[in-house]
Amino acid sequence: MAKGDPGAATRSKRAAPRTKRAAATGEPELVQLLTPEGERIESALGPDGTEYRVDFTDEEYRGLYRDLVLVRKLDAEATALQRQGELGLWASLLGQEAAQVGSGRALRTQDMAFPTYREHGVLYCRGIDPIMPLGLFRGVDQGGWDPNEFKFNMYTIVIGAQTLHATGYAMGVAMDGKTGSDEGEAVIAYFGDGATSQGDVNEAFVWASVFNAPLVFFCQNNQYAISEPLERQTRVPLYQRAGGFGFPGVRVDGNDVLASYAVTRHALDNARHGQGPSLIEAYTYRMGAHTTSDDPTRYRIASEVEAWQAKDPIARMKAFLTKQQIVDESFFAEVDEQARAESVHLRERVLAMPDPEPVTMFDHVYPNGSPELDEQRAQFSKYLESFEGSAH
Amino acid sequence: MATETLTLGKALNAGLRKALENDPKVVIMGEDVGKLGGVFRITDGLQKDFGDQRVIDTPLAESGIIGTAVGLAIRGFRPVCEIQFDGFVYPAYDQIVSQVAKMHYRSQGKVRIPMVIRIPYGGGIGAVEHHSESPEAYFAHTAGLKVVTCANPQDGYSMIQQAIASDDPIVFLEPKRRYWEKGPVELDAPLTDAYPLHAARVARPGTDATVLAYGPMVRTALDAATAAAEDGRELEVIDLRTLSPLDLTAAYESVKRTGRCVVVHEAPGNLGLGSEIAARITEECFYSLESPVLRVTGFDTPYPAARVEEEYLPDLDRVLDAVDRTFGW
Ligand SMILES: Cc1ncc(C[n+]2csc(CCOP(=O)(O)OP(=O)(O)O)c2C)c(N)n1
Repeated sequence: MAKGDPGAATRSKRAAPRTKRAAATGEPELVQLLTPEGERIESALGPDGTEYRVDFTDEEYRGLYRDLVLVRKLDAEATALQRQGELGLWASLLGQEAAQVGSGRALRTQDMAFPTYREHGVLYCRGIDPIMPLGLFRGVDQGGWDPNEFKFNMYTIVIGAQTLHATGYAMGVAMDGKTGSDEGEAVIAYFGDGATSQGDVNEAFVWASVFNAPLVFFCQNNQYAISEPLERQTRVPLYQRAGGFGFPGVRVDGNDVLASYAVTRHALDNARHGQGPSLIEAYTYRMGAHTTSDDPTRYRIASEVEAWQAKDPIARMKAFLTKQQIVDESFFAEVDEQARAESVHLRERVLAMPDPEPVTMFDHVYPNGSPELDEQRAQFSKYLESFEGSAH
Repeated sequence: MATETLTLGKALNAGLRKALENDPKVVIMGEDVGKLGGVFRITDGLQKDFGDQRVIDTPLAESGIIGTAVGLAIRGFRPVCEIQFDGFVYPAYDQIVSQVAKMHYRSQGKVRIPMVIRIPYGGGIGAVEHHSESPEAYFAHTAGLKVVTCANPQDGYSMIQQAIASDDPIVFLEPKRRYWEKGPVELDAPLTDAYPLHAARVARPGTDATVLAYGPMVRTALDAATAAAEDGRELEVIDLRTLSPLDLTAAYESVKRTGRCVVVHEAPGNLGLGSEIAARITEECFYSLESPVLRVTGFDTPYPAARVEEEYLPDLDRVLDAVDRTFGW
């Protein structure tokens, strides 16, 4: 699928009464366009009556599948690299590929994204080299891409902080007069279910609403914040929170790449046309550990994981492509081979990533430097030289 | 008396357990402290044994953790809050410095906030950003808060209990890189016999120079003293333990004997605790000093990427280097 601006999510707003067109797998109000069995659903209604549908070419379907597989494979490679001591930590997106690729592909070139530390799939969709986040997790840098160039901000580890940054950025977009047409800019802020408890996130909701910011809040509800299940964060479905803040909320099947795309594209378009913020709750599941230093067996039962395995985002896309005879077997083999080759390439480059020179820790503290820091750097260099020939 | 060899992490766990047993008003609250036992397992098994009303998994909201603990404290509970990592205390910073610290003062003593805020702090574990910070100076600068830090399992065990029993709000800093280091712990000694919470202690006696350290750097200072002894220099190492109030009685006495003083901490040097300590020692021991009080600290940069943290953190070599300089004056 072409980078940048693929496919078209069409939409139309209907007045009530609501019909449950796509009552999906036991979850209320879940917008779904592709069932776990790989059946296409023509269109689905959101809670406010918005009708969601997508109209992809076969080539675009293939592209989405390729994205999902590549993103999963690169993620698996990073997990393996951590296990082998090459990364200090890794936050895997396993299970969340559809939410990330769907929303990531819905972004237009001019749109800006504010991620957490788990958005490797969105990063990939933004055209950033997948090696980039590995520097942060290896401990050689703090993330190497240029947020301005790729319109994808730095990873944010402090939970929820980026939602306020996204809100301010979106306010700036509106102040610059860059909304109100199809060429308008929109902003997306990613966060987890746990993050919805943070003051920052709730303040972001208030600000975005009051200032009608062109912003999509994209919550990947993967059911856990480290060990704590969703019930420790909320008593109401998260998407319903939006109403209290004065903007629409919708829950989408986060394991359905088509619905994730359609819902995000719609919300982004609303934002770029000046219709203000909205909240998307992508209902999904974290298949692996929270990070590589977590032990999910302490708080999670195997049958739950199995139940979600049956909703796997890649398997359903594969079933769909096969059933519709959009591809033949050789396509899957070719995608697998590409994913394998890219992950091998990633591995080689990670192993070749050198440790930074110690003095680089003094770089970039201030844009124009500081005499005190220059002095500290000089002393530190002299100190290191005093070990000349030793291990230092 | 039962003396056991425990890691600092296990000693803290045992101390928390004792506190929960001894006082039904003690509650532990924080992110993942329940089933998971905390990301460092410091609260391991406590929810199982004391229930989810005493060991509370909170929503993911630090301002909420501290703010609701204030209310619980007003209501007569003794909350022990766990902040998961040093870099995540800042969302709660307003509650801590504006509310927790000032309630007793503002109410002219009528409202007490007997709260403990546990924070695993400091670097050296190869973590990503926001997981290796040393925020002690922010809190020590705030009147009304007390700030302590333990450096060995015995202190971990008794200081956490003393902090919980204290009516003051206490920021309790746990040197996370030392969680896995072992030492003897007397589990049955009554708390009243424990070394006082707000007093520094000589960790290793010596005669030639004084090294002041706290938290994670005590181990480093002791290692430096061992190395210095091989070269015939006897360093006295003092574990400060209490950062606010700062107890420098042992330090004054020591520096008056040795005439030389090096202060070590991980936090950046600029306006760090070392500055305060050096100033006070200079005032108190001026006529005994053979050389200026020197500081060995982290640099005035954000905490760097993990692969250079060993260079950022004061190590044995940098401590010995400073000791050499105090002799070179
Ligand atoms: C302010 C803050 N508090 C605590 C943490 C430690 N922490 C890191 S991830 C996490 C759970 C986040 O859960 P959620 O928001 O649901 O996102 P997920 O990781 O599940 O995608 C916690 C508690 C943090 N990074 N920032």
